[in-house]
Amino acid sequence: MLHIVSRSPFSDDSLKSCVRIAKKDDPILLTEDAVTGVMPGSAVASLLQDAMKSHAVYALSADLKARGVDRMLDGIKVVDYAGFVELVEQHKPMTWL
Amino acid sequence: MKIGVLVQEGPYNHEASDSAYKFIEAAMAKGHTIQGVFFYDDGVYNVASKMEPPQDDRHIAKRWSELGAKGVDLIVCVAAAKRRGINPDLIMPNSRISGLGQLSEMCTEADRLITFGD
Amino acid sequence: MAKIMFLNRKAPHGSIYAWEGLEVVLIFGAFDNELAAVYMDDAVFSLKKGQDTSELGIKGFIQTLPVLEDYGCETILVEKESLDARGMTADDIAIPVQIVDAEAIANLMAEQDVILPF
Repeated sequence: MLHIVSRSPFSDDSLKSCVRIAKKDDPILLTEDAVTGVMPGSAVASLLQDAMKSHAVYALSADLKARGVDRMLDGIKVVDYAGFVELVEQHKPMTWL
Repeated sequence: MKIGVLVQEGPYNHEASDSAYKFIEAAMAKGHTIQGVFFYDDGVYNVASKMEPPQDDRHIAKRWSELGAKGVDLIVCVAAAKRRGINPDLIMPNSRISGLGQLSEMCTEADRLITFGD
Repeated sequence: MAKIMFLNRKAPHGSIYAWEGLEVVLIFGAFDNELAAVYMDDAVFSLKKGQDTSELGIKGFIQTLPVLEDYGCETILVEKESLDARGMTADDIAIPVQIVDAEAIANLMAEQDVILPF
């Protein structure tokens, strides 16, 4: 299953809940405001670093670019919309709203 | 692959509608079939025909309608629409109003169902 | 037929998602699907005993919840950690449910064809 998180991890616990529930090796894709979580040194860095021990974590490039997010924790993978579609081809998607 | 799309947020207020549109574009470019787009909750406003955004902004309703012209089934939930004052006279060409049964059908028939919301 | 899970995470009454999500369950019950509902995070308040929305003038749905099972939604899971985090216990829940841990939810989720978040 592909877990899609779109809400900001600084104001909402959807990322936290996703990480709590997601099965090992299920990929997590950050979109929209959720991409703000990937900057190093942030309050959610350790949550994402822990998540990356059990999951591949992706961030959507268009949303990163739109928000000027120009630096990322090591290990975060960047995908464009074509990559987003490929993730959905490989896994059933589930959006954490 | 057949992909169904559920949109739960209205236009402009939230990025969900833009994300759904960009995702659909990318999926179609890869040769996937969009089984349908189901607009629910405030999502029903996405195809409001009286929409008139500033000229330098994207026209969300027009963009959906153009997708509809390419054969993508755009379905506005009747219950959610009625609640919000949207009726068949107030939606864009190439979209239609129908019931939640259509969403159920999409869940059954599509290979993937993806939700965009908040 | 599809296995469909309704994943509820939002508190009731502050927004319409919980109510319109419940309307989807009630309609989907008429179709040949296998339905399950999960209540976690703030959505555990949707199941709280003693809700009275009369003063708000908002339609309450605590009286609708007991019929979920009659509409084909036989599995209703509530996450224990979400209850604990909100100072709630099984005694606070108005309808028969299974109170489970995150792993049980993850296992049921993995079996689904579609997950609809509300």
